[in-house]
Amino acid sequence: MQNLNTTLLIIGGGPGGYVTAIRAGQLGISTILVEGESLGGTCLNIGCIPSKALIHVAEQFHQTQHHSQHSALGISVSAPTLDISKSVEWKDGIVDRLTTGVSALLKKHKIQVVQGWAKVIDGKTVEVGDTRIQCEHLVLATGSKSVNLPMLPIGGPIISSTEALAPKSVPKRLIVVGGGYIGLELGIAYRKLGAEVSVVEAQDRILPAYDAELTHPVHEALKHLGVKLYLKHSVQGFDSASNTLQVLDPNGDILNLETDQVLVAVGRKPNTQGWNLEALNLAMNGSAIKIDNRCQTSMRNVYAIGDLSGEPMLAHRAMAQGEMVAELISGKTREFNPTAIAAVCFTDPELVVVGKTPIEAEAAGLDCIVSSFPFAANGRAMTLESKTGFVRVVARRDNHLIVGWQAVGVGVSELSTAFGQSLEMGARLEDIAGTIHAHPTLGEAVQEAALRALGHALHL
Amino acid sequence: MGTHVIKMPDIGEGIAEVELSVWHVKVGDMVVEDQVLADVMTDKAMVDIPSPVHGKVISLGGVPGEVMAVGSILISIEVEGAGNYKESAQPAAVAVSAAPVAAPKVEAVAASKPVAASRPAAVCQGPMVAREADERPLASPAVRKHALDLGIQLRLVRGTGPAGRVLHEDLDAYLAEGQSNASAPIAAYAQRNDEEQIPVIGMRRKIAQRMQDSTQRAAHFSYVEEIDVTAVEELRAHLNEKHGASRGKLTLLPFLVRALVVALRDFPQINARYDDEAQVITRLGAVHVGVATQSDIGLMVPVVRHAEARSLWDSAQEISRLATAARNGKASRDELSGSTITLTSLGALGGIVSTPVLNLPEVAIVGVNKIVERPMVVKGQIVIRKMMNLSSSFDHRVVDGMDAAQFIQAIRGLLEQPATLFVE
Repeated sequence: MQNLNTTLLIIGGGPGGYVTAIRAGQLGISTILVEGESLGGTCLNIGCIPSKALIHVAEQFHQTQHHSQHSALGISVSAPTLDISKSVEWKDGIVDRLTTGVSALLKKHKIQVVQGWAKVIDGKTVEVGDTRIQCEHLVLATGSKSVNLPMLPIGGPIISSTEALAPKSVPKRLIVVGGGYIGLELGIAYRKLGAEVSVVEAQDRILPAYDAELTHPVHEALKHLGVKLYLKHSVQGFDSASNTLQVLDPNGDILNLETDQVLVAVGRKPNTQGWNLEALNLAMNGSAIKIDNRCQTSMRNVYAIGDLSGEPMLAHRAMAQGEMVAELISGKTREFNPTAIAAVCFTDPELVVVGKTPIEAEAAGLDCIVSSFPFAANGRAMTLESKTGFVRVVARRDNHLIVGWQAVGVGVSELSTAFGQSLEMGARLEDIAGTIHAHPTLGEAVQEAALRALGHALHL
Repeated sequence: MGTHVIKMPDIGEGIAEVELSVWHVKVGDMVVEDQVLADVMTDKAMVDIPSPVHGKVISLGGVPGEVMAVGSILISIEVEGAGNYKESAQPAAVAVSAAPVAAPKVEAVAASKPVAASRPAAVCQGPMVAREADERPLASPAVRKHALDLGIQLRLVRGTGPAGRVLHEDLDAYLAEGQSNASAPIAAYAQRNDEEQIPVIGMRRKIAQRMQDSTQRAAHFSYVEEIDVTAVEELRAHLNEKHGASRGKLTLLPFLVRALVVALRDFPQINARYDDEAQVITRLGAVHVGVATQSDIGLMVPVVRHAEARSLWDSAQEISRLATAARNGKASRDELSGSTITLTSLGALGGIVSTPVLNLPEVAIVGVNKIVERPMVVKGQIVIRKMMNLSSSFDHRVVDGMDAAQFIQAIRGLLEQPATLFVE
């Protein structure tokens, strides 16, 4: 058996793990990173990046199709056709470039990458195949896995998001189980690629994590696109002989929905199985590893970051945690203390939530002003053929400190930057209202929302 | 854009080195014309170095405490236009094309104020809201990180920014406060192992050098005499009652200055400077009396020039003006040098005896101890008199004991018969 020694050992090469490694390398910490599959983790390989690529393909196809029928813009093209294998090839090219880039960055920072599946022996020892690695600090960054439903085992026509991101063909009919952001992003993309899409959601509305006002434009868009919604319906099982999904409707009756594929997108759970995590006997927080505000687990010098440490399961959270952990290990005093972590749904229209929503602010006992500005009154939105959606701000009534931003509309994912900065810098309504926002941009709606909260919106 | 370089100026005649005391700006600051960039020190005078230009500080030439050669680069400022400094490699063409096209104006007022120790009260347009005990403190990511680096708990820091935001300056203020409070809460009998190192720079270094120089070179001897100041104190009280309102109050110092002036007429060897390297004693006609003064940054000796030509009130006003100037750091180099003899007084803290250190190259220093009422025997009767000691030191290399004693006795005679101070 080969023996390796290092200061820092990271299990998992996703956004959390590889960022930890890069920062550790910058700080001169000798580091080994263990990855069983491909560098970049879920995010780069089967998550954020490939889904955005597929969404882009779907949108382009959809737009072209739109122009081929009745384009108000005066464009006429013939009806498009889709070679989905080429689309997937294009997507794979992007993934490839990014994962190769991560590999190059790790090499540049002198990180030793050990390929293989890690098996934890104790808090300072990990085995990978017949290599035994001894470390002083152990960072667990094994990410998350899709939640499976016992009555819908993945296989054949029943797929998870991983398979949905590498389609061999576009099914005629697709049922998405789960009306959360993953299900809707993919459901909308498949609809735009030509599939008949239905969404089954157990709760009474889509994107149940967000309030109804915010999700309403997405709901309207789904109706407009012809996505069928089965709200308050729960899945009972799948009959592979007749290719029908059995769902229970709110009245207690069973519906049989015929389909070609079923996409199970009911959430993700921390990846705690299969690498002998039990050996550490760490304190847990539900299904996630319990961490403090320094990402320290219940065992000294063992850290957990990213999805493994629970919600919110977002790549940018994992990266920030990883950067902090590397600095902690280098001897700096650090804690993970963001004011807000932006959440973005790449549905159509897009949806952004940063900081507290009105409901959360109220629950926190804050007396708040809530004000929104519609994109219907924004010139740039009109030129993008987009009139739905709005920007909403939540600010304390007493000192006008902004505690939250939400937006829904075409392209609003990019507003998350401005929202995050305003919250982290502790901006007040007057600060945003007093910042000149370029015209014509969607960002003007941000300034106008703040102005409206102060009682003097200019364009409304 | 060009670079304007300011060199360490020649402040005093023939001084080759100047000590950099304090920077009032840092790299990246915008400065305006006439804004004070740094304080430098020569001898005992603190001199402001103002900026001759508008611009942005791009480098500082030294650290406080550094002794810099006259003519070395003190500071570089990025200015509009060509500046006064060209890097040798810079091609000439650049200067031609550097016509400033509506270059951003330096914000003259707002950006330029150096952060002083006492910050102005924060201007908050909205209502200030007190932070709840469990409420998360409002601070930017950089401030949060800095607080962690400094080991400060943000929730303990008062935020003076908008909406109670904790600013970088608030951390500085908290830190400064913490240091001044640090010694207070220590239990009475707790062992202490803390130590503090204070660099001996600036004023303190000058004082240290001069005191050491004086005690190593001069052959000090001290002479103490007791003086009955009842009469001169009565005179002083009378003059203050009569003229205090119009001419200002008199302390004992102007009487002492007058006594020195009169006594020195007969003892020219004591109003002198001894250049021990050239082996020359210079006796001076003018009596320039140095008056030792305590200031925040240390001992200073402003000089009452031509005391021989000053009336009591004239001396009094000059002493008071100089003392204020010295304490405020405003005394000029001329006002802090050139004395021929020095008076040192600790006032009420004067004690009964002191051993003053000579202010070289002078040869005498007269120390004033406190006035006390004591029972004295006068003409066979025990009476209460106001008594004061004079503790004086002389450079025995050039002042003989007999001369020194006679000089002090002359002063005693003058003060005990105050009319003789004014009889020509």
